[in-house]
Amino acid sequence: MYLLYIATALALSISFFINKEKTIKAVKMAYKKLTKISPAFLGLIIAVSIVLYLVPEQVISSSLGNDNKFLSILLASFMGSITLMPGPIAYPLGAILLKEGVSYMVLSAFTTTLMMVGVLTFPIEKAYFGTKVTILRNIISFFIAIGVAVMTGFVFGEII
Amino acid sequence: MKNKIIKTAAVLIYIAFVSLSFIFGYNPGKLIGHNFASFSLEMIKLLPPVFILIGLFEVWVKREFIEKHLGKNSSVLSYVWAILLAGPIAGGLIPAFPIAYSLFQKGAKMSVIFTFIGAAAVCRIPMTLFEASFLGIKFTLVRLLVSIPLVIISSIWLGKYLEKKDYIIMKG
Repeated sequence: MYLLYIATALALSISFFINKEKTIKAVKMAYKKLTKISPAFLGLIIAVSIVLYLVPEQVISSSLGNDNKFLSILLASFMGSITLMPGPIAYPLGAILLKEGVSYMVLSAFTTTLMMVGVLTFPIEKAYFGTKVTILRNIISFFIAIGVAVMTGFVFGEII
Repeated sequence: MKNKIIKTAAVLIYIAFVSLSFIFGYNPGKLIGHNFASFSLEMIKLLPPVFILIGLFEVWVKREFIEKHLGKNSSVLSYVWAILLAGPIAGGLIPAFPIAYSLFQKGAKMSVIFTFIGAAAVCRIPMTLFEASFLGIKFTLVRLLVSIPLVIISSIWLGKYLEKKDYIIMKG
């Protein structure tokens, strides 16, 4: 996050130094674009606040530890799809689950869907790319995540 | 219009529910309110710099440049550029959508922007380092080696499919 601020400040000052008018135009454009998309963001934030309450970390942890591998993969991908969790929370959680005996394969299904599939970000993706693209991209991503999980299972010797 | 009324009503109900929960001490509602506040704060911190960078991109980068490297007649290298561009992005899909949309408006082809979005999800550098240190380098490598080719292949397919259907990405 700090890097983002440093990069933005740097880019903004260089731009301002080279061309003042263009830079002001860029900031105005940024403001306009941000206000235009903000209703979609309100939708996202409301959805996140409710889902995080309904599906807290304990629920995710307990549902990944199922004995049936294929059921766990499906559950894990489902959990990963409907939740939103930043990396600094998701990976330490993953490391803990690993110690508790959750397989790499299930973990992979969870983290990959977490990153690629966004049910909660649907309002934003839709606002930019339309409903059809959003649905297709998310379905494809879901299957890619399953593919990654199965491959992880092979590599770590968890299948066969 | 009807849709707008429903959305506004939903937001008002949400606000009423959360405020009443705080007044009467209803815990689930209070927790939802706290989640709302903390996630809003995160978005308020993330979005302004992202959109300023998008604004700078819009005024400085020429359309011809994007068209040449990421457009319809660009080479296979365009997918490599899309992945490299996604590498340093912080925050995942949320900032990736507006950036991808700007790229698209400047003339990048659909398969390239889908690759960019996919790459922003699976191979951001800061996140990958974090993942490797917690779950092991082997885990991260398998994930990258499987997902990147699949992201590129599916993006090319999706781009072609949408072009064939003359799908027009609407203005956001």
